[in-house]
Amino acid sequence: MSLADISANLLYIAFIAYLIASFVFGGAVKGNKEGSFASEKRWGNVAFTITIIGFIANLGYFFTRWAAAGHPPLSNMFEFTTAFGMTLVGGFIILYSLYRTPVLGMFVLPIALLIIAYASMFPRELSPLIPALQTNWLAIHVSTVVIAEGILAISAGAGLIYLLKVVDQTKKSKQRFWLESLMYSLVLVLGFVIISSFFTLTNYEADFTYVDQDGRDSSITYEMPPIFGMNEYVALTEEAMTPLVSTPAVVHAGKLTTVTWSVLIGTILYWLIRLVSRRRISQIFQPMLKNVNLQLMDEINYRAIIIGFPLFTLGGLIFAMIWAQIAWSRFWGWDPKEVWALITFLFYAAYLHLRLGKGWQGEKSAWLAVIGFAIIMFNLIVVNLIIAGLHSYA
Amino acid sequence: MEKMQCQCGHENPPGTILCESCGRSLTEKEQNSKLVDMRYEGTARRSQTYNKSIIDKIWNFFSSVKVGVSIIVVLLVASAIGTILPQHMYVPATGEAAIRDYYADVYGVVGQIYHFLGFHDLYSSFWFIILVGMLAISLIIASLDRFVPLHRSLKNQRVLRHYSFMNKQRIFAEGEGAEDSFQKAESKLKELKYKVSTDKNGLLAEKGRFSRWGPYVNHIGLIIFLFGVMLRMMPGFYVDETLWIREGETRSIPDAPGYYLESESFALETYTGEEEEARFGDAIERVGSVVKNYQTDVVLYQSQEGSLPGSADEKEVLTEYPIRVNQPLKFDGYALYQMDYKLNELKSMTFVLTNKASQEASEEFTIDLINPADFYELEDGSTVELLGYYPDFDGFENGEPRTATPLPNNPGFLVEMVTPETPEGETSFIIIQETIEPFGENQYELKFQSAETRHVSGLTVRKDRTLPILGLGGLIFMIGVAQGMYFNHRRFWIQQKADGTFILAGHTNKNWYGLKKDLDEVSSFASLPAYTDQQEEIEKQEKKEGDEVK
Ligand code: HEM
Repeated sequence: MSLADISANLLYIAFIAYLIASFVFGGAVKGNKEGSFASEKRWGNVAFTITIIGFIANLGYFFTRWAAAGHPPLSNMFEFTTAFGMTLVGGFIILYSLYRTPVLGMFVLPIALLIIAYASMFPRELSPLIPALQTNWLAIHVSTVVIAEGILAISAGAGLIYLLKVVDQTKKSKQRFWLESLMYSLVLVLGFVIISSFFTLTNYEADFTYVDQDGRDSSITYEMPPIFGMNEYVALTEEAMTPLVSTPAVVHAGKLTTVTWSVLIGTILYWLIRLVSRRRISQIFQPMLKNVNLQLMDEINYRAIIIGFPLFTLGGLIFAMIWAQIAWSRFWGWDPKEVWALITFLFYAAYLHLRLGKGWQGEKSAWLAVIGFAIIMFNLIVVNLIIAGLHSYA
Repeated sequence: MEKMQCQCGHENPPGTILCESCGRSLTEKEQNSKLVDMRYEGTARRSQTYNKSIIDKIWNFFSSVKVGVSIIVVLLVASAIGTILPQHMYVPATGEAAIRDYYADVYGVVGQIYHFLGFHDLYSSFWFIILVGMLAISLIIASLDRFVPLHRSLKNQRVLRHYSFMNKQRIFAEGEGAEDSFQKAESKLKELKYKVSTDKNGLLAEKGRFSRWGPYVNHIGLIIFLFGVMLRMMPGFYVDETLWIREGETRSIPDAPGYYLESESFALETYTGEEEEARFGDAIERVGSVVKNYQTDVVLYQSQEGSLPGSADEKEVLTEYPIRVNQPLKFDGYALYQMDYKLNELKSMTFVLTNKASQEASEEFTIDLINPADFYELEDGSTVELLGYYPDFDGFENGEPRTATPLPNNPGFLVEMVTPETPEGETSFIIIQETIEPFGENQYELKFQSAETRHVSGLTVRKDRTLPILGLGGLIFMIGVAQGMYFNHRRFWIQQKADGTFILAGHTNKNWYGLKKDLDEVSSFASLPAYTDQQEEIEKQEKKEGDEVK
């Protein structure tokens, strides 16, 4: 077995460990019906141990891949997103050791699983570094950012738990709507994972040539049946389905097709869950959260930001600027990725001021933490894949 | 406004909430609340005290956290809008009209509106810069408004505080202690690294006061940073030039007087996917090819003192260096970056003069495409004169050949050929793969033999004297953030009353858990009365009342 294979297997082990730990955490929380925390604590510890094992395997994945590639595995969408899943678990481990809250694991680990699964949908081969990435700043900058984002995401996890507990599910309200939308968007990610695994396993491929927005001839391989066709496309694969709709050059029909498939499958899945359980997803969770200590969730929310915000500033702005000055001759160029790092920074600055200056705690803070996570995910997914720029991985 | 006289006799500045000396509540609102508002120690903040003149109003506006956060949020939203479509510097068009057309062509109506609103150049727009300026003003005013009175009051802390100050603190205890409680508490607090001062029957223990300055320190860092950014608009602080240099050329470096650069070679390497790189084989196959290195090997020269600018021989070699991405050449505050390249630019073209009928050809001669000679003499006495040179020929204008750029992309030559057989000379216009004979059929022609090419490097010349200022700002910001977030200001006040009982109060600006842990240790060691967390009591009370209503 090559080093790269060992690395891939370690990632599987981590994935499975997190999966098991999620259920054990869930069991620990659910088993605590009467509010006697003894069993919760016992099972919580079991689950935590499994998480640690998974995390060690995950670190193993990271460093063996580093050795195999000869550079830190933070250089493409798969590697970066996987690392984000890993640091999310890392952040959880830190905050769990401080506060011992199984319920946090019950929510954070499935999100980490979803993120790692999402990452695996991208090309996974070892890829060489382009000149701009050939420097130690790659490791310094990207790892600081990804650790900070993992920790900031924990604050969103605590926020989510807070909201699931306090938002009144019996009355129609904006809060109820947005909270459910949040759960729905998580299901959409699952939809993406399911449908792309399906078409990968069935080896679906359809090649087209098209004319891009600057008038150049290009080609593209669809990995899902083309719902949308690229500008002036010509099909090269014979049996492939003909695109249903053709699009102008500004729209990347290939990506739009992927998004559409994911939304389609995710929505079907969502309604299946609702039909079977006869409840909104947030309602399914609410009863399990009866014994959650809200003050503690608020504290975790804040604490995670206190750790994550300075780290993010350091990695996402300061180290980023130093590197940009060395590689691109200017420390700041209003590239979309840079701008979204600035937006993230400003957002958490606003959070801190509202919390300290305006007394926004509890539910308001929880919403902000969740929005912060949305911004991070936007930067990771939308900015990388859709708003192209210097940092674009795709 | 008048000074505020406290019952204890102390005169406080107008607007004070808690007496600076004894801590009694001075306002009615404060007197009626169960706990005192300790956020700024009950000091008089200018913004809360005056609201008459226009200056007061501006001051109050900018010192408000609500306004500060609003500015931050507006900046955030504006920044996001700027990423919906690419900014003008990232679109492949130059010139105002071309850029406008690009947005319209590629993005349709949306692009037109985006461009019309100026969002294609959002970050240097007037209003965006004003917003950043407002942020800076808000930072300065909000910080001064709070820092000055806070500093004043923390500097002049009294040990003995009035009972009403103590019992309105969140952590409060009252009751019996032991004989030596006071001394024991003092020594334990000292052991826990508190700074303890005593006055008569009272004690003040304090730790981590410097953390209170965290927000102001980090704001100063931000202001320094913004100041640095502003400085770069001043001439002399900032150089940003592009230097295109061909292999073999020596050029003076723009905006760096006295410095010259010679390019020895430019190289572009791609990954082969073989041997060492075999592990990347799959990835390389998927994307086609991946660049491994861009490199310009250069020699840096400096002209000698006193020599005339441009005189070639008086140059001293400073260094030889391979400029690569991530490895700029640095000298004297400047840096040269590998940013761009052009492969295989035409360097020279070689021709022979041929008699069309006999196909007899002269020896070869070469025209340099950057500095072509006007006149070429051949061995048999024939001459070729270059009447016109059009390095980037793109058609005729009023019958005259025209060049699009000064770069030799598509060279055109208008030549006169004189041979012993055609002493009057023949004119012909030559471009790649085509010869035009404007004055009728010629007997001779220039036949293209070969061309030489070379690579061109696009280097960026940068000097940025604001970098140290920006670095300092960033450093101070981080220090301030750590100072404010990871440390906290804890205080205990203890008094032993005449009857031997104790009162005790505790306060921290954050992390009450840590404060209580300290207090538990002190209390159990010194047998102080048990304390209550009055805030929790109030919350419990409220919750109970709320439950009863339900
Ligand atoms: C991007 C801009 C800003 C950043 C990054 C920033 C950052 C911070 C940070 C990190 C803290 C300390 C939080 C803590 O110690 O836990 C803080 C506190 C504070 N900031 Fe800002 N700030 C910014 C802009 C502003 C503005 C415009 C105002 C104007 C109102 C402001 C007013 C304050 C105040 C009043 C405090 C807290 C002082 C206190 O109550 O103890 N900040 N800021």
